[in-house]
Amino acid sequence: MNMTVLALLAALAAPAAHAVEYRTVLPKQSTIHFEFRQMGVPVKGGFKRFTTEMMFDPAKPEAARAQIEIDLASIDAGSPEADDESAGRLWFNRSAYPKALFVSSQIRALGNNRYEMRGTLMLKGRSREMVLPVTYTPGKNAATFDGGFVLKRLDFGIGEGMWADVATVANEVQVKFRIATTGN
Amino acid sequence: MSTVMRYSTPAIVFHWLVAFLIFAGFPLGLYMVDLPLSPDKLKLYSYHKWIGITVLMLAAIRVTWRLTRKPPPLPDSVAAWQRRASVVVHGLLYLLMIVIPLSGWLMSSAKGFQTVWFGVLPLPDLIEKNRELGDLLAGVHKALNFTLLALVILHVGAALKHHFIERQPFLQRMGWGRKERT
Repeated sequence: MNMTVLALLAALAAPAAHAVEYRTVLPKQSTIHFEFRQMGVPVKGGFKRFTTEMMFDPAKPEAARAQIEIDLASIDAGSPEADDESAGRLWFNRSAYPKALFVSSQIRALGNNRYEMRGTLMLKGRSREMVLPVTYTPGKNAATFDGGFVLKRLDFGIGEGMWADVATVANEVQVKFRIATTGN
Repeated sequence: MSTVMRYSTPAIVFHWLVAFLIFAGFPLGLYMVDLPLSPDKLKLYSYHKWIGITVLMLAAIRVTWRLTRKPPPLPDSVAAWQRRASVVVHGLLYLLMIVIPLSGWLMSSAKGFQTVWFGVLPLPDLIEKNRELGDLLAGVHKALNFTLLALVILHVGAALKHHFIERQPFLQRMGWGRKERT
């Protein structure tokens, strides 16, 4: 018996009034952007390649989970020079740590389609507990999950040595993400 | 016997202020571009931009001042062609004092970095981030600066020639000396 048949049986076994469950991510409509200050000047960037695995049922938010894996080589750090620099040992040390990984641990409904997602972010060999606010926007067939949080780069050793000076490059990095999904 | 005709005190102050900033900003620009990326490089870029925007502001004041007042007349010893050349060179110097900082500001926007004067006053990005346009403007900025360098050499050279070779009290026109008679 193959996986498709198993999935079909599982679907049939589910209650008839089961709400839409979002698990198919639309990568082209999903984004991760960030913004930080350099000499007091806001600089925008982002990651072009990341994979998201998630499962969300608005009827059972506490059962939801998400995992996001970011290919750090897909960075736009604001300029080609900064893209190159970010690969180095002082920044992401990408040859040793090519990916960033976020794994959710707990999701709590705050009402009004707002949720609080707890989880662990693994970046440059360090793990930190994070609490991310997420807003769910239902659509006809697709739904989006938008969130934003402030990441302190020095918590992960991003920008060490001469770059640890936060007067030049701020410690706070405003991260904004949007995950677009379709229900099934 | 000729009276030293000085520029007005504000004109003299603005002249030397802008001259000082250009003499600081130009070599700083040449030096910083080839540095490997570092916090120091980011600082120098910011200082260069702050200097440039300050020049732009002072130049705007200078142009207004110059257009609403008559500069002191040139000594009779200055030939007619030199008078005409002087008008052209001064016009170009004023133009470049405006256009060079403007090209730098636009370049910075095109490269995706807003200019924030002294880290306090954000200047609007007049153009969108665009890598090709940024590279093009970098070339324009550089070419304009070397044009300025040539004109400044001409400007200083002419003043020195009038002063030391033709023995006219020329440098006093832009100086703080007493209004001596020669």
